[in-house]
Amino acid sequence: MEALLAIGTRKGLWLARSSNGRADWQVTGPHLPMTDIYALAIDQRAGSPRLLAGVTSEHWGPGVATSDDLGVTWQEPEQAPISFPEDTGAALERVWQLTPAPEPDVVYAGVEPSALFRSADGGRSFELVRGLWEHPHRPQWTPGFGGMAIHTVLPHPTEPEHVTVAMSTGGVYDTTDGGKTWAPANRGIHVKFLPEEYPEFGQCVHKVARHPARPDTLYAQNHHGVYRSDDHAKSWQSIADGLPSDFGFPMVVHPHKPEVIYNFPLQADEHRFPPDGRCRVYRSEDGGGSWTALSGGLPDNGFYSAVLRDAMCVDDADPAGVYFGSRSGEVWASADEGEHWQRVVEHLPDVLCVRAAVI
Amino acid sequence: MAKVHLPSMLRPIAGDQTVLEVEGATIAAALDELRDRYPALERRLRDESGALRRYVNFYVDGEECRRLAGADTPLAARTELMIIPSVAGG
Repeated sequence: MEALLAIGTRKGLWLARSSNGRADWQVTGPHLPMTDIYALAIDQRAGSPRLLAGVTSEHWGPGVATSDDLGVTWQEPEQAPISFPEDTGAALERVWQLTPAPEPDVVYAGVEPSALFRSADGGRSFELVRGLWEHPHRPQWTPGFGGMAIHTVLPHPTEPEHVTVAMSTGGVYDTTDGGKTWAPANRGIHVKFLPEEYPEFGQCVHKVARHPARPDTLYAQNHHGVYRSDDHAKSWQSIADGLPSDFGFPMVVHPHKPEVIYNFPLQADEHRFPPDGRCRVYRSEDGGGSWTALSGGLPDNGFYSAVLRDAMCVDDADPAGVYFGSRSGEVWASADEGEHWQRVVEHLPDVLCVRAAVI
Repeated sequence: MAKVHLPSMLRPIAGDQTVLEVEGATIAAALDELRDRYPALERRLRDESGALRRYVNFYVDGEECRRLAGADTPLAARTELMIIPSVAGG
């Protein structure tokens, strides 16, 4: 078994490979140097892995780069792969999410300013999903600290017309007609930063995840609030009891066990650090009913870094690997579903996203 | 014709040329011309709304275009248009 771990940072991409059960890692990089990499995907639908990276150069702007040889060479089409149509008056700021869909060659991109794009050619060119862009709520979506972006895209595993997205700050939206119409899907999600405690939309969701075998169950980490939905986002219930904080960014589902989820709580809002400076991943094995702090090999003190919304992931091996990267440029891996951790690499730039797969 | 001087980082997407000759009467018109010849180059200089990228500077005979008329700054024959990435990033 060979595992590939792609690490997107504020200054480029690093790739780590392990051929001995994820015991040792060979790290290469920087690839795509001096670009922010907020979005990564390892697309294996065609048999051989294609890497997709949402890159932003401070000077030369945003784009999508792809590699079919595991990062040795990268391609970007002549024409901008993602471009707002002229009549929108908008310009692409950043690609936040690249998600291969169950249909062959379909890839979704969530971007800033908040919009969804769809590719039918494996991520080489994309088209704006007009129904969401023209949503009457859009003028009322507001930027979070990180920007106003669609950072989560969840195509339904068996219903191509059904896609769920999440954005900061706007909340969760759902379409069941291929993107023509979108409904807010935030009932039950509490907010602390608006006059209305349970608004129809406007929530600051940080990440939403689900397991493909149980698509009606969704898990969300919000800006204060950890939630579960069992009716495909029609309603949400808190699962924050048992966590040291209801604040954090990532939310990840185990690749084979729909009830096993991972997150990384931060004390908030005054101190956005792991509680007591302890580096801890929290795992629930019962869909959020109870939580366990995972500490094997992780720093017990002095860890004052954060893990961002896409900087935690799992691979698809059995047992599954779990990974996270910190804003202090450390990347940690567990080959046994979170029981024991080892540091893959340190001293990188801020880690923005990680993605892993068995190749 | 005006001459557009490219920084080294952009030359590989413009046929490895250092200087391009353009007929456009303004910076915007020159970039429209480049869009047809080298789309990958043009989109690194301005976004799809036509705005010049924030951290790319366009010097027209030594004067940065934002102190002139921005993208509407005229380019006369033999004008030297230098494209220089600004100081940015950490």
